[in-house]
Amino acid sequence: MRSQNAAKRLDVAAPTPSPPSQAQPAKLSVAGLTVTFPVDGTHRTVLEAIDFECHEGELVCLLGPSGCGKSTLLNVIGGFLKPTQGQVLIDGAPVTGPDPRRIFVFQERGVFPWLTVEGNIGFGIQHLPAEERRQRVAHYVEMVGLRGFERAYPAELSGGMKQRLEVARALAVGPDMLYLDESFGALDYITRHNLRRELLHLWATERKTILFVTHDIDESVQLANRVVVMAARPGRIQRVVDIDLPYPRDISSARYLRYRDELLEELGLAHQR
Amino acid sequence: MTLAPARQPAVRLALAARSMAGLGVMVLAWDLALYMSGAPLLPRPWHVVLGMAELLTRGVLLKHVAASLFRVTWGFLLAVAVAVPLGFLLGRNQRVGKALAPLIHLLRPISPLAWIPIAILWLGVGDPPAIFIIFLASTPPLALAAMNAARNVPQVYVHAGRNFGLGPRELFLRVLLPASVPELLVGLRLTLGIAWLVVVAAEMIAVNSGLGFLIVDSRNAGNRYDLVVAGMVLIGVTGLLLDRAVVRLARGYLRGRDMVGDAS
Repeated sequence: MRSQNAAKRLDVAAPTPSPPSQAQPAKLSVAGLTVTFPVDGTHRTVLEAIDFECHEGELVCLLGPSGCGKSTLLNVIGGFLKPTQGQVLIDGAPVTGPDPRRIFVFQERGVFPWLTVEGNIGFGIQHLPAEERRQRVAHYVEMVGLRGFERAYPAELSGGMKQRLEVARALAVGPDMLYLDESFGALDYITRHNLRRELLHLWATERKTILFVTHDIDESVQLANRVVVMAARPGRIQRVVDIDLPYPRDISSARYLRYRDELLEELGLAHQR
Repeated sequence: MTLAPARQPAVRLALAARSMAGLGVMVLAWDLALYMSGAPLLPRPWHVVLGMAELLTRGVLLKHVAASLFRVTWGFLLAVAVAVPLGFLLGRNQRVGKALAPLIHLLRPISPLAWIPIAILWLGVGDPPAIFIIFLASTPPLALAAMNAARNVPQVYVHAGRNFGLGPRELFLRVLLPASVPELLVGLRLTLGIAWLVVVAAEMIAVNSGLGFLIVDSRNAGNRYDLVVAGMVLIGVTGLLLDRAVVRLARGYLRGRDMVGDAS
C-alpha cells in the first residue's frame, strides 16, 4: 500500500535528472587497479588493470556475471579492501579506508536487527545534537515511506521496507556517494521495480554520485548513465556503454530494447541467429 | 531449544499441568519403590517434605540457599567480567585467538573439582575458594561462547559500523556487542547452569553453609537422608528458577528483534 503510493507519487513528481557534464574533473577515478588473492599457494587474479572514472552526480552501474569481481571492486572503492596494485582516487585523494562520506548499501540484511527504524536511521549521526538528529531521522523516515514504523524493528518490516531503511540510514549521514552492492537483488520483481524508481527519485533530488553493482541487465539499463560491463577470470572491464536515454525510462521503447540487446550481446547472452 | 513466543494463559496452564503430572508420577514411583523394597535408610517423599519443614522451622533453609546463591553470583559475575571481554578479543583478533584458544581448550576438560586442593591451598577455607572454583568452571565455556558469538557477527554489520566511522571502541559497544547478544545469552544460560552445578560440589569441601554443605553434613550427622534428599530437591528447584530467570530476561530483550536466541 505504502510503496504503491510512493511509486505513484514518483511517477507524477519525479524530476528528470539531467546527464551530468563530462567536462568537470572526475569524482572517482580508478587507475590500474589489480587485486590478487592467495589461493592454495598461488595468486589468483580477481581484478586486472581496472581503469574507469565516474563524475560528480553520475549513476554508474558495474554489470557483470557472478565471479567477475564487481563486488570486490566495489569493496576496494569503499575502502574495505586494499588493492594489490593501482589506486582509487576520490576528489583527487587516495582512498585509505571506509569513510562516512561514502556509504555502502548492502542487501537489506545490512540493517541492524537490534535497533528500531529510528535507531537505524540515526545510527550514523549520533554526534549531532538530539534535536537535529530527531529532525533528520524524521525527514528520512518520511522520504523512504516508513512513517508509522519508526518504532518497529527490522524483523517486522518487509524486504523492500528493510531496503528502504538501509538507504535512509545511508542518506541520513549526508554522504556524497552511495555504493549499492546488488542491493535490490534479493527482492521480488515488483518491489525491485518500485525501489529502482525511488532510487532514481532520490538521485534526482539529493544529487548523489551512485555506483551500483548488479548482474541484472534491465536494472542497469533502467538506472545508469553509464554501464561498465565486466568480464570474469580475471575480472576486467570489457566495455563501457553510455545509456543515452531520458528519465524516467520507458522500458518498452525501441531504444531501451536496443541498449538491452547490446548489453545482452556484451555478456554473451544474445539470441544466436 | 528455540525461543518460542509467549503462550496463551490457557495453553500455559495445560502445559504446567502436564509437567506436574510427570512429576507426580515420578514421586509416586519413588514412594512405591521404597514401600515395596523396604530399604532402611532412604527417605520416602513424605519424609523429605517433613525434612524440608524442619529446615524451615530451624531457620536454616533460606540460609543455605542464600549462601549458595551468594557464591554462584560472585563466581559467575567474575567469570562474566573476565570471559566476555576475553572471548571478544579471542573472536575478533586472530593473533590473540590463535595464541590463547588452545589454552582455553586445554583448561576446559579439567574438572573444576580437580582445582579444589589448589583453591584451598591458595585461598584457605570459606567463601573465596568456592567462588574461585565457580569462577574457574564458568570462565572457559563462557569465553568460548563469547568468542564464537563475536566471530559469528555478520561481516556486513562490521562493515556498516566502520563505514559510519566507528573506531574500535564504538564498534565493540554499538555493533559487535549488540549483534552477538542472542548467542551470548545462550552461553550465559549454559554457564549459569554449570556454575550452579559446581557450587554444590565446592561446598561439600571447604565451607560450612550452602546446599552442598547441607547434604554432606546431614549424612555425616546421623545419616539424615531425608535432609540429604531435601537438599537435592532444593538444588533442583533453585537451579530451575535461576534458569527460568535468565530465559525471561533473554526473552524480554530479544522480543521483536528477530534475534532468536537459543533459549527456551
